[in-house]
Amino acid sequence: MFRIRFHGRGGQGMKTASRILGSAFFHAGYEVQDAPHYGAERRGAPVSAYVRADRRPIDERGIIRCPDLVVVADESLLAIAARSILAGIDRHSILLIVGHEAAMVWQERLNVPGTVLTLPTDAPRFSGVACAGAAARLVGALGHDAMTEAIGAELAGFGDKAVAEGLTLAEAAWQAMAPHAGCVSEADELPASRHAPPEWIDLPADPVDAATPAIHAGATSAALNTGLWRTLRPVIDHERCNRCWWICSEFCPDSAITVAADGTPQIDYEHCKGCLICVAQCPPHAIRAVPEQGVTP
Amino acid sequence: MTRHLLSGNAAAAWGARLARADYVPAFPITPQTEIIETLAGWIESGAMPGRLTLLESEHSMLTAACAAAVTGVRVFTATSSQGLLYALEMIYAAPGLRAPFVLVNVSRGVQTPVTLEPDHTDVLAARDSGFLQLHCATCQEVLDSILIAYRLAEHPDIRLPVLVNLDGFYLSFTREPVLLPSVEQTARFLPPFAPEHLRFRADQPVAEGAAVLGSAAYSYFRYQSHLAALAALPAFEAICAEFDTVFGRSYSIVEAYRMEDADNVFLMIGSFATKAKVAVDRLRDAGRRVGLLRPRLTRPWPEAGLQRWLLGRRTVMVVDQNLSMGKGGVLATELASSLYGRPDAPRLLSFIGGLGGRDIGVEEFHEMAAIAQRSADTGATPPPRLLYTADELREVRKLQAIAHNAPRRAGEPS
Repeated sequence: MFRIRFHGRGGQGMKTASRILGSAFFHAGYEVQDAPHYGAERRGAPVSAYVRADRRPIDERGIIRCPDLVVVADESLLAIAARSILAGIDRHSILLIVGHEAAMVWQERLNVPGTVLTLPTDAPRFSGVACAGAAARLVGALGHDAMTEAIGAELAGFGDKAVAEGLTLAEAAWQAMAPHAGCVSEADELPASRHAPPEWIDLPADPVDAATPAIHAGATSAALNTGLWRTLRPVIDHERCNRCWWICSEFCPDSAITVAADGTPQIDYEHCKGCLICVAQCPPHAIRAVPEQGVTP
Repeated sequence: MTRHLLSGNAAAAWGARLARADYVPAFPITPQTEIIETLAGWIESGAMPGRLTLLESEHSMLTAACAAAVTGVRVFTATSSQGLLYALEMIYAAPGLRAPFVLVNVSRGVQTPVTLEPDHTDVLAARDSGFLQLHCATCQEVLDSILIAYRLAEHPDIRLPVLVNLDGFYLSFTREPVLLPSVEQTARFLPPFAPEHLRFRADQPVAEGAAVLGSAAYSYFRYQSHLAALAALPAFEAICAEFDTVFGRSYSIVEAYRMEDADNVFLMIGSFATKAKVAVDRLRDAGRRVGLLRPRLTRPWPEAGLQRWLLGRRTVMVVDQNLSMGKGGVLATELASSLYGRPDAPRLLSFIGGLGGRDIGVEEFHEMAAIAQRSADTGATPPPRLLYTADELREVRKLQAIAHNAPRRAGEPS
């Protein structure tokens, strides 16, 4: 069985990557399972996705513990221990990291037993498609046609332009991985006797204050730059603002608008998530919404 | 019939579409939302006839489902977790109306704390409501179970709502190959609903769900629903035989996997049971006589089927993906009642695992089987065991430290 994990952030297309690779395997005659796994459902939040492919029906499910291939679309995730990106990587595993750092540097930095490869790409969008193209080449069991057909099928809903852009990105990744084509191998299935027994414990009854999911560490939300979640930015036209002093600031669900003594509102872009309620509420229409990309703060 | 990669949510939506549901009252909740989004898209584009109404809560959604079902139309709806709990008043009210419809629940652990990942504590809260419950292990089974559920619900001897359960993430968001039947083939198995006594006509007024001010009438009506639920066991077998004839796939009330000469038997419901199959295969390779039972129905409870499979075995390892606080695993308790007083009953071992989507590793199945074998050899039953490792507690201790919420030792100042 092939077991492949993708790691990235919401919006990069990790689910799409798993679906493209899953479709490619499926149309090549494999039994397939593909699925995303995430917590917070928002842009920028960590997402993983997995693909299993086998010649026989697949009973295994959920988290892939021992991956043959791990693809990391955002190298900043490697620093987050809770994402367990390196979990289960052994000598046979391939770790592909998207970025311009040399593979040797990552190999030393991470000290993983498997082989590290890198995929240099400048594509700001659709990196999931590139990841799928690279993974398909590394797996080796899939032909070029299987990859392109899968991209056509999985991106069809986004329109012809997206398909064309996806094909270009995937093609570049496919070519970049040529020196390593087919390097991914299916792990041997361990017999029952080779599994170490689980280190089960008897859970102690803790004092009640510890046994509730309460956070006593104060003001942590101020330290978190939730402004990064924004896709549309509210911008106040202070000429038009009638200094009502309260409407936009009162309606802001994140308390991200403060009002100076003279009634001038200011938006805290570190914490404005771009919900645009202020845009909707402002009586003189003094707040407009502009796309986040290309806007200088 | 064509084979597609479909997620459990897509399979559920296809089930409703192929069943030609007339009315879909809806309310979104993760991880169910894709089901109603898909149906809304089809209804909007005209690919699916019928009507979808977005309600303002799950409680209203279930009320609308009941109201529509008593008029004799085919109703489909879906929810999950807190949504199911919010609708619970109407979930308990629905069966007594004896108006059939299908409710899909995408299992997700209940709060507190909040999670998005699956366990069965949500769906088991509806256990005593009168809804029949079908539990799915694969995306194919999700689609098939919805078609079977309509046949069960609309069966003249039953006429009860049916809950079809699939696990969040592990099925809802997981794509697998699914055989998608044609409309014509589905219609051969599932004809249009013949509602007979259920109708809504201006010239024939009717008051549904009337109050009864007396225990004789109350006991009578409540017990009628119970008898109807029990009738669903033979009906399920007959319906599945027809299903096999039309689609070539057979479903039994209890799925039995490698039960030939099995001494020690895993018992689970839902998609995690397929993980147990992998473990059973590995253990069989190593010469251990283990098997797996997976009840597809929990209501009605397949007592006779479980007795038939289990009496004479050495142990049964019940892996409950739920927790009844102050008691333990619900399935272990239910199964104990079916085995009580039987001299040839297997020793019952209770394990709690998979809460909030917690993985159950193959090595944990191996350990459970080893414990079961020791129990069979020594005649001693170990206490219930939560599948929880030292590493998991270390992880929680870190979180508690970050939250300034670490447990204090006795005598330490607060």
